[in-house]
Amino acid sequence: MLPEPAVAAGKATRGWIDPRVRLAAALVYSGATAVWQKPESIAAALGFALGLAVFFRLAPGPVLRRLFAVNGLLALLWLILPFSLPGETLLQLGPLAASREGLLLALRITLKSNALLLALLALVAPLPFPSAGHALHRLGVPGKFVQLLLLTWRYLALLEQEFGRLRRAAALRGFRPRTDLHTYRTFAWLLGMLLVRAVDRAERVRRAMLCRGFQGVFFSLQEFRLNGRSLGFAAAVAAAVAACAVLEFGG
Amino acid sequence: MAAQEPIVALRGIRFGYPGAEPILAGLDFALGPAERVGILAPNGSGKTTLFLLIMGLLRPQGGEILVFGKPRRVEADFLEVRRRIGLVFQDPEDQLFCPTVIEDVAFGPLNLGRSRKEAVAAARRALAALGLEAFEDRIGFQLSGGEKRLVSLAAVLAMEPEALLLDEPENGLDSRTRLRLVEVLEGLAIPQAIISHDIDLLTALCDRLLTLEAGRIREVDGEALHRHVHAHRLGDRPHRHSPTG
Ligand SMILES: Nc1ncnc2c1ncn2[C@@H]1O[C@H](COP(=O)(O)OP(=O)(O)OP(=O)(O)O)[C@@H](O)[C@H]1O
Ligand SMILES: [Mg+2]
Repeated sequence: MLPEPAVAAGKATRGWIDPRVRLAAALVYSGATAVWQKPESIAAALGFALGLAVFFRLAPGPVLRRLFAVNGLLALLWLILPFSLPGETLLQLGPLAASREGLLLALRITLKSNALLLALLALVAPLPFPSAGHALHRLGVPGKFVQLLLLTWRYLALLEQEFGRLRRAAALRGFRPRTDLHTYRTFAWLLGMLLVRAVDRAERVRRAMLCRGFQGVFFSLQEFRLNGRSLGFAAAVAAAVAACAVLEFGG
Repeated sequence: MAAQEPIVALRGIRFGYPGAEPILAGLDFALGPAERVGILAPNGSGKTTLFLLIMGLLRPQGGEILVFGKPRRVEADFLEVRRRIGLVFQDPEDQLFCPTVIEDVAFGPLNLGRSRKEAVAAARRALAALGLEAFEDRIGFQLSGGEKRLVSLAAVLAMEPEALLLDEPENGLDSRTRLRLVEVLEGLAIPQAIISHDIDLLTALCDRLLTLEAGRIREVDGEALHRHVHAHRLGDRPHRHSPTG
């Protein structure tokens, strides 16, 4: 399921960049890109996202797979938008007329989606989840929420394992899902068991936390350094966004 | 030993889970200030329950719990117990809940009020003592079963407890790691109570061996233990032992 970033080429990301800078950059970049309307500025943003992907040396395979999935969905837009937006007719297919406005909109959405996906894959996906959580905290997200996020992440994997174990146990005894009452009942039992185990586990984890002196306050070990590289990176992102803005609003 | 006051003393403890038969029926138990006690008893006899009672995670229906010489009855009494006595859980999965190993091990020291720097230093010492230096930044749930067990022990040791309760600490460890564990426990000059199904481990480590029978503690014959140790140390081939030695 979620655990580790599938996209990052291990720890071999080019240099270390403060997770806060990565998150903030992702936020600013995606917010700005959502605003751009002109093809030039959108194309520039996409170009910058490609640059990020190259800079962080994303593994091409997983990136392409994700882009493929997103563009599959976008293909639907290309089928629908041009024929549903009114405007200057570019192409007449029997009773259907493809409008210039519709085509442009589909193009814009496609470019923006790809740009955002690439940028997020480069900036956010490679962050270990814990670092991302702590970075969110430093960026002002409430501590309780971050702890909830971290514990959820920690135990999602456990629940998944547990469910896998239950399913395997059932499969080993010859269970095969079908569309009959026996299947539904078995799945109900599996889910019920999963819930019971989750509650039981929660209680035992609470005990373990009490045993280690927990009294309601979480402390974090994470330290963030705004090193030169991080500051430089932040400046580069700011410059890129500014350049896009000039293209958008300038000439 | 009788002259010194025990670290942990249970008197006439009665306990049963709600809606079930009583498990402990008038149990007496004492852990002296300088001893290692082994507990070897069948599955489901109430060993884990006994440890949970000592830590105040369950409340007895009758009897008295004294820790560090003071009676412990309500939650507030047990806060001190939990800070000064370390419990290593039977299932390490329950004990590791932080994202990374170092955070998990530093969790206890931070709760004890140590600064971030001190907590990390204590965590590193504990990890090093178990040969786990390389695990600092690993993700907790991605460790192997044996690694999780060692990390959960490190997490308890990092709090520098004054006594240790270990619930099947050797479970799932290979023979080399087990030797390391024995060395570590032997090197700790604090009283320890060790639950285990491994009589070799207990005889190697413990001064006394107890068992649970019909909800009470019974001392196991020391003579038998002694002979067993010798028989074992002589043979390094695959062999079997019966629990009575
Ligand atoms: N939360 C619970 N609710 C109800 N019964 C429980 C609960 N936990 C344990 N028991 C029961 O209490 C008895 C003692 O359990 P305990 O975990 O103390 O055994 P144990 O001696 O540690 O066994 P093992 O060697 O298998 O770890 C068992 O019969 C068990 O089924
Ligand atoms: Mg047990």
